[in-house]
Amino acid sequence: MDRFEWIAMGVKTGLVVLVMLQVVPIMVWIERRGSALMQNRLGPNRVGPLGLLQSLADVVKFLFKEDFVPKHVNKFYYLLAPAILLIPAFMTFAVVPFGGSIQIGDRLVHLQIADLNVGIIYILSIASLGVYGIIMAGWSSNNKYSLLGSLRSSAQMISYELPLGLSLVGVLMVFESVNLREIAAAQATPWLFGLPKWGIFVQPVGFLIFMTASFAETNRLPFDLPEGESEIVAGYHLEYGSMKFALFFMAEYMNMVTASALMSTLYFGGYQMLPGMSYLVGPLASFIGSFDFSFLSLVTPTDCARVLLEVASFTAKVGFFMWFFVWVRWTLPRFRFDQLMDIGWKVLLPLSLANVAVSALLIYFGVI
Amino acid sequence: MLVKPKTGLLNKFYFFEITTGLWITMKNFFFGKKVTIQYPEEKRNYSKRFRGLHYIKTVNGVENCTACMLCPTVCPAECIHIEAGERPDKEKYPVIFDIDILRCCYCGFCEEACPKDAIKLSTIYEMAEHHREKGVYTKASLLVQRGEK
Repeated sequence: MDRFEWIAMGVKTGLVVLVMLQVVPIMVWIERRGSALMQNRLGPNRVGPLGLLQSLADVVKFLFKEDFVPKHVNKFYYLLAPAILLIPAFMTFAVVPFGGSIQIGDRLVHLQIADLNVGIIYILSIASLGVYGIIMAGWSSNNKYSLLGSLRSSAQMISYELPLGLSLVGVLMVFESVNLREIAAAQATPWLFGLPKWGIFVQPVGFLIFMTASFAETNRLPFDLPEGESEIVAGYHLEYGSMKFALFFMAEYMNMVTASALMSTLYFGGYQMLPGMSYLVGPLASFIGSFDFSFLSLVTPTDCARVLLEVASFTAKVGFFMWFFVWVRWTLPRFRFDQLMDIGWKVLLPLSLANVAVSALLIYFGVI
Repeated sequence: MLVKPKTGLLNKFYFFEITTGLWITMKNFFFGKKVTIQYPEEKRNYSKRFRGLHYIKTVNGVENCTACMLCPTVCPAECIHIEAGERPDKEKYPVIFDIDILRCCYCGFCEEACPKDAIKLSTIYEMAEHHREKGVYTKASLLVQRGEK
């Protein structure tokens, strides 16, 4: 790697990490206000305009709380667990392409942190690491409720990883690649009835399975079994307070971001522009062309405009799914644990196997 | 009302049911009438018979109270403290009339017991203070006419 690649990598990584960190307070605000409005309340609207600074106040509160470690915990694993949960949530995003490629000078820069040729397998392996954080948190807390919560959570996450992985097999077969960049690029090709070959059109059942499984993987309602006020209090993060609890909280939202990014990359065309957005490339290019930066001499305005719109449409898609997480949370009641296992093993697993078989047949006969 | 669960194949599939549910949630999000009362600006409308902060009714600037001690007797929280005195015209009156608002349970028994129509409960309910001592209302502050009872 020469200096240019290091700089490009640094800029991309920094951008993604910063944006992902900023998503958390905004998402907390959206969640609180959104849930309030859905329940015919108003929600936090006092701190700052529309209550936007409420999350900032929460962060300040978390930072200034006493960093308390209970005496009965295994200190090493207790302190390690939140980090173990948070880091995979960040790492998964590394292979998600958030924009097309841009020509800078004589080099082509992919807007993706790591262009791995085993993208999806990397995601599956890293995403399963999160379970260790939960188990460690529950076990090291030395508390029966924490342990029960973490057991429930790990059982849930392991059960739902199967349908999650199997629903991805359909996508792999259709696009004949495990590289997320290639999958995203392949979705631009037109398909039947003038529709683009987005994953949602070629793999509708696969999408439903993937979505349900990712709700379970991120421990969001209606599958938020790791927590349960009435039976296991707060579950695996019962013994955690102050910033350590905030890390669990952040990890949940990070996982939501990654799950939304995967849903939009695999099934909604990734960074492909939303319908109608391609008309904006021309005007935006002429607008960018009117500026005179030395940086802009390296890139063509059209390229720049296209990439900006691609990033914007990727953000819009991810934003929709983030909103969908909140939306579903306040629509569906949570499942009982046996119902959760029933859905995972008796419904989603056979359904995803059937989906693989049917997709294989359809591909064999050349339909998709 | 008993709701019979729908058990058709379409309903067991849940997908359409969930879509309907999402639609209802969204309808509430945009058009639902918000029931929040934004407290310091907006206030809940309480009945005129609401039992809040006390006051002693005055007629022509003289309190009705004759320090008969019925209200401290009936008070279940024992929060009324009266020391009686004598006016120049031989009429009995309260020299000290303290109500410990922090102990009061706003039952309104004092109001019922009063034969002179003196002690009354107003509709004021904002009595938070920074200091415990301020929770004891003295005669001077109780003579402020806070209601029309």
